Amino acid sequence: MSALLEVKALEVAYGGIRALKGIDFEVNEGELVALIGANGAGKSTTLRALSSLVRPAAGTIRYRGEVTSALPSYALVRKGLALVPEGRGVFARLSVRENLEMGAYHRGDREIGKDLDRVFGLMPRLAERSTQLAGTLSGGEQQMLAIGRSLMSRPKLLLLDEPSMGLAPIMVQKVFEIVQTVAREGVTILLVEQNAKLALELSSRGYVMESGTISLSGPSAKLLADPKVREAYLGEAA
Amino acid sequence: MTFHPEIFLQQIINGLVLGSIYALVALGYTMVYGILGLINFAHGEVVMIGALTALSVILALHGAAPDLPAALFILAGTLVAIPVTMALGYTIERVAYRPLRNAPRLAPLITAIGVSIVLQNVALLVWGRSYRSWPPILPTTPHTILGANITDLQIFIVLAAAAIMAGLMLLVNKTKLGRAMRATAENPAVAGLMGVNVNVIISVTFVIGAALGAIAGVMVSANYQIAHYYMGFILGLKAFTAAVLGGIGNLAGAMLGGLLLGLIESLGAGYIGDLTGGFLGSHYQDVFAFFVLIVVLIFRPSGLVGERVAERA
Repeated sequence: MSALLEVKALEVAYGGIRALKGIDFEVNEGELVALIGANGAGKSTTLRALSSLVRPAAGTIRYRGEVTSALPSYALVRKGLALVPEGRGVFARLSVRENLEMGAYHRGDREIGKDLDRVFGLMPRLAERSTQLAGTLSGGEQQMLAIGRSLMSRPKLLLLDEPSMGLAPIMVQKVFEIVQTVAREGVTILLVEQNAKLALELSSRGYVMESGTISLSGPSAKLLADPKVREAYLGEAA
Repeated sequence: MTFHPEIFLQQIINGLVLGSIYALVALGYTMVYGILGLINFAHGEVVMIGALTALSVILALHGAAPDLPAALFILAGTLVAIPVTMALGYTIERVAYRPLRNAPRLAPLITAIGVSIVLQNVALLVWGRSYRSWPPILPTTPHTILGANITDLQIFIVLAAAAIMAGLMLLVNKTKLGRAMRATAENPAVAGLMGVNVNVIISVTFVIGAALGAIAGVMVSANYQIAHYYMGFILGLKAFTAAVLGGIGNLAGAMLGGLLLGLIESLGAGYIGDLTGGFLGSHYQDVFAFFVLIVVLIFRPSGLVGERVAERA
């Protein structure tokens, strides 16, 4: 196994506030890694830094051995690094199909149609609604669209920011089934979640973030059993 | 006061011609607003530079070979004016607006007015203070339809504007570039995540708007047979009014707003004398645009087909 993504001493500051205080972690090829933690721990900031949406104050991000922090985000997706942003970020005034086509924006090959069929196969609800404006979809459907759109870019590393946020339990389950399918197809995934139980059950390894630092890491099964994790994130009394 | 149908028809024809030109200019305002939320007040000056550049080419060509067909003069003038305004539109965005991309909204607005004044003064230096007249190349005998007159030029303006607008709608709604433009207008950060170089899309938007402006500039100066360094100011304000009337940020709205404003102006100027018993005359034509602007801003600030701005958040 080689590290697809390697983060060292990463720091991000918003004005004077240090949102990330030097974190280290890595994601290996083919893994599904969970990054869990409470609100404001710095999970989304980490993903924003990985996608070049914010510039790190210090530290390095290596993706496939290359330092990426100086690259603009539009260049990263061409290298196979895709982010499904927090709040989904679907284009509400574009149709479902156009949203998916935007995912393949950087591609010029002839297999876009094939991938479109594959996404529609994975998410039949999107196929039924392909000509509808994305803004008319339910929250769960929009989350699926956002994931489907990122798959259209043929990612090697998929960054998912809180895919369960604001969704009904049944939709959460459906979305996570899709995440699992995508992972099985060989896409490496870094999953950021507040829903720690779900994320740890799905992933092989996990990191726990706390106020801008990584406080715990290890195999997901071990984290799930850890009394500190159970108390802080799984709502169990100590 | 008797109603003359042929005069009414004449006002409709004049209004459609004027409205087609307003619509082309209004598209430049509305495209930039849609993608940046910026009112590019220098756009009227881009139209003016387009008109004067084309006229200079036409005058030079006319001096060298006065017997060429009219269409060839106009074509040559337009083909030179379009790249000139495209370069100008690109430069304005790159130099004046891009550094202020994340500044408070008032900053680029003031800059836009500054750019507008700079361009007027550049035009003053290059083309001088006086009105420049078109050479007598256009056929002046009009066609008569039901008692109203329409010239070849007027027919050409309306048809060409309609064809250009149809082309623009196809570009924006049916092509990959257009899809990226719409995505960028809605959420530039996410468009970037899709691999869209947002700066390129913004440049393309300015360049397309400027090209439409050059064509509108040639049309308006051909229609009035003159051009001068100050012509962009009022024309720009009226086109901006048309964009607001239709719903700024909305392409179909700009087209509808432009045509409506042209008709309102033409009919208003034609009948204001009758309606006020001769107290106000047709030289009040310019008042109508601004009257419309005020009424729209009071009663329907989102415009005829625009969305409520709050929904954009």
